[in-house]
Amino acid sequence: MELLAYTIQQTINGLQLGAIYALIALGYTMVYGVLRLINFAHGDIFMFGAFVAYYLIAKWQVPLPLVFVITMAATALLGLLVERVAYKPLRSAPKISLLITAVGVSLFLEYFLSLQSIFTPNYIAFPRPFDVVSHDLGPAVVTNIQVIIFAVTGASLVLLYLLVYRTKHGRAMRAVSHNRETAALMGINVDGTISFTFAVGTACAGIGGILYGFAYPQINVFMGVMPGVKSFIAAVLGGIGLVHGAVLGGLVIGLSEVFVSAFVSSTLRDGLIFIILLVVLLVRPSGLFGKRSEKV
Amino acid sequence: MKKTFLLALALSILGSASVQAKQTVKIGLIAPLTGDVKTFGESSRNAFLMAVDDYGKSGRYAIGTVIVDDRNDPTEGTNGALKLTTQDKVLAFVGPLTSKVAIPVSEVATNHKVPMVTEAATSPKVTVYNGKRKPYVFRACFIDPFQGRVAATFALADLKVKTAAVLYDVGNDYSRGLAAVFKSVFEAGKGSVVAYESYQKDDVDFSALTTKIRLKKPELIFIPDYYNKAGLIVRQLREKAVASALIGTDGWDSPDLLKIAGNTIVGGYFTNHYSPERKDAVAQRFIKKYKEKHGAVPDALAALTYDAAMIILQTLDKIETPTPDGLMKSLSRLKDFQGVTGTISFDKNGDAIKSAVILRVDKDGPRYVTTVKP
Repeated sequence: MELLAYTIQQTINGLQLGAIYALIALGYTMVYGVLRLINFAHGDIFMFGAFVAYYLIAKWQVPLPLVFVITMAATALLGLLVERVAYKPLRSAPKISLLITAVGVSLFLEYFLSLQSIFTPNYIAFPRPFDVVSHDLGPAVVTNIQVIIFAVTGASLVLLYLLVYRTKHGRAMRAVSHNRETAALMGINVDGTISFTFAVGTACAGIGGILYGFAYPQINVFMGVMPGVKSFIAAVLGGIGLVHGAVLGGLVIGLSEVFVSAFVSSTLRDGLIFIILLVVLLVRPSGLFGKRSEKV
Repeated sequence: MKKTFLLALALSILGSASVQAKQTVKIGLIAPLTGDVKTFGESSRNAFLMAVDDYGKSGRYAIGTVIVDDRNDPTEGTNGALKLTTQDKVLAFVGPLTSKVAIPVSEVATNHKVPMVTEAATSPKVTVYNGKRKPYVFRACFIDPFQGRVAATFALADLKVKTAAVLYDVGNDYSRGLAAVFKSVFEAGKGSVVAYESYQKDDVDFSALTTKIRLKKPELIFIPDYYNKAGLIVRQLREKAVASALIGTDGWDSPDLLKIAGNTIVGGYFTNHYSPERKDAVAQRFIKKYKEKHGAVPDALAALTYDAAMIILQTLDKIETPTPDGLMKSLSRLKDFQGVTGTISFDKNGDAIKSAVILRVDKDGPRYVTTVKP
């Protein structure tokens, strides 16, 4: 009985972490879908979102719903800027140039924002705009932060699903992802669609940044590195380019992290995540949900 | 005739120069002015400049200071130490204050034969490695085998707990060393360590560990890490409704501890080098002056840096010519130095033999609980 309660509690912990990974993984996977690019700067845009939320909450006492709106707008703008400045000029360049540029953008964002006059390289306590309430439900303790994380992530996913599968923009995104040239011939504004995808993906990272700040109230400019890498693994695991793949991949990575710490050893945790990446790449390079044909 | 005149002139200029202006000696400081433990670095810099200022009035030399930021990063620290020793050519330096930076920097000090006095790096590996003493490395603080024993003994004897959990950073010598000492002393004293768990430097999600600890229901949790990580962990423990008593180490001593952990850490204990409630004259004078200048009560990092800098400066006045080797030899004989944090003598390893204090975190900062003699 005690073991069952323990497992339930750890599952909730894993889902909490996984939900945030899922939000970040969405950005990776959507950008990959339309551009065939692993946007390594995505983790840093997530960090940027957390900092924007920090300033809105701590310095300007902006009400919570507005914090979400402004942060999403800010990260979307940064995403658009990165796309325009760094990736667009390389649209017809070899893939490797694009990849290396992404790494460069990532390092630039980290070290530029860590300047003393911008975000500083310090660890900053993230103030929660509400008090933490723990609900003891017998077998498990659920905090209001977890409730917020699940609710916000769930709502974002539904909206994103509707956007991708029920709107014209979504249809354009899927068309560009399927075949860019043909989509262009059909009269789809490819550049506009790519920019739009960037904006949506980075807005999701912005939400992830806010939730991360709530859950683990300490931020710094390098906070995006590990969640970025793990969310990337989540996107690959689910099948890169697939929206539902990214979500499930994120949850699987979050759960496996927590379960390894819970039942094996916390020291082995990160090692295991990377082993998952290697195994996926070896056995099912197109991911859990990817079709083999998409890879070719 | 002309030559003799010139020589005489030159000699007289040299002579008068030594009367008018003091010879300048450069002393460095390596401290984490930014990064995850920046309050340590800020206290350290304030106290270092205060020590140089206090020495300036009566000292034999004019002191040039060079301060470098290590960001609490071993690579940055090593680069900083190389800059101090090869470019600025300092005679000696104070710092780095965390063990994880001090250990690689101690190699630079040894290779370049420049004495360093770290104020707060408590890992044994700083001064001795593989049984070999690093002759140029000294410290103004006690070492972790002592600190870990103090924490474990206090837990057993004063808090009267029988079960404890230990959480430590697996990539940090300081944290890992203390965890191991605590475990062995606690178990030797008939206590049982019910959970011995590690995490990594960049971790922020401790939910798996806190849930695990909630299951094991220890009476006490030992968290030997710096304030930023300890604060985050304690917060998550309390959010998971873990009500165990808490004990930490000198890394907790920061005004930011309460900012990060909020009220969740109130009531927790930690071992430290000094308490601002110290009553002796040297400490009182320092605390008063520091408050006037910086508007805050000096924490242990400030007090220790002041002591480390004063150890170098006062030893400097005792030797004939200011050379690194001469300073090193004189430092290794240091005995009964009256510092802010107590009386300091270096043992054969260059470690200070000092007592530790236990503090309790209150709403407005740490309060003195007791002193433990070595």
